[in-house]
Amino acid sequence: MKPRVAVHKFASCSGCQLAFINMGEDLITLTELVDIVHFPEAGPLGPEDAVDIAFIEGSVTTPEDVDRLKGIREHCGYLVTMGACATSGGIQALKNNADSDAWLKSVYAKPEYVESLSTSAAISRHVAVDFELWGCPVNVRQISWVVRQLLTGVEPVDANEKVCAECKRKNTVCVLVSKGEPCMGPVTRTGCGALCPSFGTACYACYGPAEGINTEALGQRFIGLGLQPAAIAQKFHMINNAADEFDSAGKSWAAKQEVSNEHSS
Amino acid sequence: MSRSGFLQYEKFNQLFSQLQSAGYGCVGPSVIDGAVQFGKISSVAQLPQGIELTVKPGSVRVAKGDHQRYFAWPNGAQGIKPWLYRSRELLWRAEQTEQGFVFNRPEVNAEPIAFIGARACDLAALQLQDLHFMYGDYPDPFYSAHRNALFIVGVNCSHTGNTCFCASTGDGPEIQSGFDLLLDELDDGFIVRFGSEKGLKIFEQLELTPVSAEGHVDAKAQIAEVIAAQERALLHENMHANIFSNLDDREWDSVAEKCLACGNCTMVCPTCFCHREVEVQALDGKSSQHIREWDSCFNQDHSYIHGITIRDETRLRYRQWMSHKLGSWRDQYDRTGCTGCGRCISWCPAAIDFVAEANLIAGDS
Repeated sequence: MKPRVAVHKFASCSGCQLAFINMGEDLITLTELVDIVHFPEAGPLGPEDAVDIAFIEGSVTTPEDVDRLKGIREHCGYLVTMGACATSGGIQALKNNADSDAWLKSVYAKPEYVESLSTSAAISRHVAVDFELWGCPVNVRQISWVVRQLLTGVEPVDANEKVCAECKRKNTVCVLVSKGEPCMGPVTRTGCGALCPSFGTACYACYGPAEGINTEALGQRFIGLGLQPAAIAQKFHMINNAADEFDSAGKSWAAKQEVSNEHSS
Repeated sequence: MSRSGFLQYEKFNQLFSQLQSAGYGCVGPSVIDGAVQFGKISSVAQLPQGIELTVKPGSVRVAKGDHQRYFAWPNGAQGIKPWLYRSRELLWRAEQTEQGFVFNRPEVNAEPIAFIGARACDLAALQLQDLHFMYGDYPDPFYSAHRNALFIVGVNCSHTGNTCFCASTGDGPEIQSGFDLLLDELDDGFIVRFGSEKGLKIFEQLELTPVSAEGHVDAKAQIAEVIAAQERALLHENMHANIFSNLDDREWDSVAEKCLACGNCTMVCPTCFCHREVEVQALDGKSSQHIREWDSCFNQDHSYIHGITIRDETRLRYRQWMSHKLGSWRDQYDRTGCTGCGRCISWCPAAIDFVAEANLIAGDS
């Protein structure tokens, strides 16, 4: 019997699921290798079915999400999160440090119809996760890579080095050094193929924190390039704002802005 | 000193056309994305003529200069390394067949390349990479193939960068050996010398005029000026011993506070050779490519051995890089692994000064 796979969606833009759909010919190969029993964006529906591998896109933002997620965990062998939302809480986790009730009331005419948690949480905050794929969005290469390794029967390799290494392998000129651009590459996890710098643009950390990062030193470098602490805080409080290292770095730089404001007033 | 001749600017393109006629693809410097990068070029028109390159720790800027020279800048973003020790190299391919696994090693298509504009630091680094990849117990067929197809046009430096320190390591700015052709650039052309049989063949095809006595004096003088202008010097006399007696120096902590552990220094270092090997499998699992790619001692997996990461903090990774480069490299190759090019300083996003750190930790003064 072929291994069974499910692709679930929580709070997200659905862009990561495209990493399956955009596989091209490999999508046919994939369907020969596994049975995709649940994948609403592509067709098959079987949300309760027991599977060997469950891919999860999106973050947990409603009470219903919490229950549904527990059910998925109970019925799957290996659980892989895909993308920033599922892995760190996503851009929508910016609500975690805001007054979500106040926002709800200011946006919706009848907020009482909206049943929402006050936080957007990574899947791992609620259930055990076996492997995390970072990125906003994840790409075909990452999905194929993890599927292949699991089918081979090995623990997938966690690609956790910084974006810089890939820039250098591609002979891409460092935008921080040559243009003084505040590039997040030195704290950001590889996986994208150093896409933005290869188009002359600074990395904005959509792949989340790499291993062994130094957010304070990079922030200090950005100060040297002329950025205000608040601008540095925003760079960390972006797509992966709720990832632990970025969350604390953003708060630390926001606090430095407060101190700076006090001194100048 | 071998025979020399003078190649006027107007005849400079002859170098390209003669190399091309001899079957070489030319690789030379151009201004690309705000830096001087080496790439395939076809004529002198693509060279970075009349530019100024301002290099500082963590900062490189290209601007228009008030001169017409082609090589009036310290060095490029990378040395010769990426052309020989490729950042990604397919080592072998495995296929699952009915008869079992079949392993194939790819043919190395080593295109003959003329590298135009190698500096003294680059050539010293090339010698070290040759030692590592070609003259050890297990010569590397990929590097060797690219290396054997290489023609080198060296250029003596007429300008130093703020991060250069080759005079202190004894590797520059004047090129002593390892070239096929050697250029000294003056205001209206080049003094050309040859350093090999294949260099002589090209040399003889160029329309050269005798070098004036003044030209020889000017060439020597500009090299002396580069030496005098270098602002950094590695106090490397006893560094080998000192570095290992200062493994607990508190400066390792200070540098780790600044270090991003991004590995840019190792990737631009013209002598660093660390790599990892990765398996890229087809989705159906029936074939796999075994690929070697540049790795860095600043990466976690570089020191991951059966379940633990030995160098789990930046302090230890920085110490590994410096103590290998300036310390244990001597045991391996009879000299340090640093040729004074300064790229690790220029291209460090955190602007860490390798020379200042080394002198502080292990200098003799």
